[in-house]
Amino acid sequence: MRASRVLPGFGVALGCTVAYLCLVVLIPLSAAFIKTAQLTWPAFVDVVTAPRVLASYRLTFGASFGAAMINAVFGLLVAWVLVRYRFPGRRIVDALVDFPFALPTAVAGIALAGLFAPNGWLGQALTPLGIKVAYTPLGVLVALTFIGLPFVVRTVQPVLEELPRELEEAAATLGASRAQVFLRVVFLIVIPALLTGFALAFARAVGEYGSVIFIAGNMPMVSEITPLIIITKLEQFDYTGATAVAVVMLVVSFALLLAINVLQAWARRRQGGLA
Amino acid sequence: MSIELSGINKRYGSFTAVDDVDLRVESGELLALLGPSGSGKTTLLRIIAGLEAPDSGSIAFHGADATATHVRERQVGFVFQHYALFGHMTIFENVAFGLRVRPRRQRPAEPEIRKRVQRLLELVQLDWLAGRYPHQLSGGQRQRIALARALAVEPRVLLLDEPFGALDARVRQELRRWLRRLHDEVHVTSVFVTHDQEEALEVSDRVVVMNHGRIEQIGTPDAVYDHPASPFVLEFLGHVNRLPDDDASGAPRYARPHEIAVSLQPQPQAWPARLAHSATVGPVTRLEFAVDGRDAPVNVELPRAEFRALSLVQGAIAYLRPTRVRHFAAAPD
Repeated sequence: MRASRVLPGFGVALGCTVAYLCLVVLIPLSAAFIKTAQLTWPAFVDVVTAPRVLASYRLTFGASFGAAMINAVFGLLVAWVLVRYRFPGRRIVDALVDFPFALPTAVAGIALAGLFAPNGWLGQALTPLGIKVAYTPLGVLVALTFIGLPFVVRTVQPVLEELPRELEEAAATLGASRAQVFLRVVFLIVIPALLTGFALAFARAVGEYGSVIFIAGNMPMVSEITPLIIITKLEQFDYTGATAVAVVMLVVSFALLLAINVLQAWARRRQGGLA
Repeated sequence: MSIELSGINKRYGSFTAVDDVDLRVESGELLALLGPSGSGKTTLLRIIAGLEAPDSGSIAFHGADATATHVRERQVGFVFQHYALFGHMTIFENVAFGLRVRPRRQRPAEPEIRKRVQRLLELVQLDWLAGRYPHQLSGGQRQRIALARALAVEPRVLLLDEPFGALDARVRQELRRWLRRLHDEVHVTSVFVTHDQEEALEVSDRVVVMNHGRIEQIGTPDAVYDHPASPFVLEFLGHVNRLPDDDASGAPRYARPHEIAVSLQPQPQAWPARLAHSATVGPVTRLEFAVDGRDAPVNVELPRAEFRALSLVQGAIAYLRPTRVRHFAAAPD
């Protein structure tokens, strides 16, 4: 086995990979679990099911899911437009998509809060309509949508780019309408990539802190996200409480990602390769 | 179903892809569009299909104008060079696609769809692959499925764009003959594009030779091969030598490699030439002769046995005499 390997350095490379993953991922994660283990089971349940904490789960996971859904729809649209149409300024739009990646999240948070505050540009227009964005759960959704956009666009874009034009032409010669071509051919081929983008946007949104806290208003039970609960507990030197909540987030995120991965693997297996 | 094209023009920027083409495809025939790349043959096929719109000119199917008919309603079967099968669907669903996307009222019932797909898969002899996905099939199988899929909608005409271009030589030859037999069976008016003259000559009823967006010649395979209308057609339909001497009017004379006799003794109307190179490929031997005062070599093909009987060695002098000469008095060259 060893002698027949063509690529050199397998042992070293694998060793480095494992050590790196341990250092960066596994050790911090297990620290969270170990710290949490200081709590008794009933105490743990008490901490993680306090009404205020439960409300924060609902907001964090609910808003993250909503934001990822919005991004799945509009991200697909943006990717489609960027791939299919040639228009002046396309490159600029293309570069703008990456903006939420690059922007420090605090900057994004302050900008959004300023924009949607009752006296901000958009806030002024929306307040008379009875729509309040800043300092409400809706504000959380807006912030999470903002930071999640690039994930869907950047995962779907290459798949659309490689989608052979002939598939759509073939469908058209067989009598399919534009809508049928999209729903029965393009969309089904893009789905695995769309799921990946959705999962990434969702995961990012669940962990987002910086851009949310400015616009959320952070009212307990209403617009307080789980990462903020963790910070609050830390500031009160309740380290075990903080890690207990963190562990719950970790487990839920992991379960959701796993589910999405299984779904994705299924979709990809069906597809095999583009033929 | 006959197809009539008249005055078709198509330009891409400053490039003229199709230049004022008139063409009539007879009902039930298998027509080959043959030409080098960039000759406009694929563009012409896509215009017939409705995948491209001509800048000017008209297309009629069986006398009824179809120029403005959308590709969806044109009822053409189109087979792509790279199959264009739907990778996320089974073979069965690929073939059923055209039936399933029909408006509800025209859509056959499920048992009828099953029956028709089954029949088509039997026609292309691949019914045992119904449950597989395209990526599990070989290139030749995929192309047969693509053909079955195109036939499922009972097209008025079948259009094939370099259908065997992506296949290896042996499969290509097999599929070629199979296509010919299939066409004799279903008799749908078919047009196929190819740059391979052998393919065009072997499969089609008539050949349309194209060059620079124009039709150079239309005729049966024998007619275009034996009576080429221009030096381009002559050269495109197989190897040809320009002979060392021109005819009386100064126009060049041509002979195909297998239409040159080689002898060891001087003959009337034969030129001496020196054997530069020889290679035996299966049943024929390809010889390359150098003629004094000429840069281009003269290529000759002899049956293997005949070459052996000559026992010609490299560097030896032989006498070449064309057995059949073609010349174009008013060569437009």
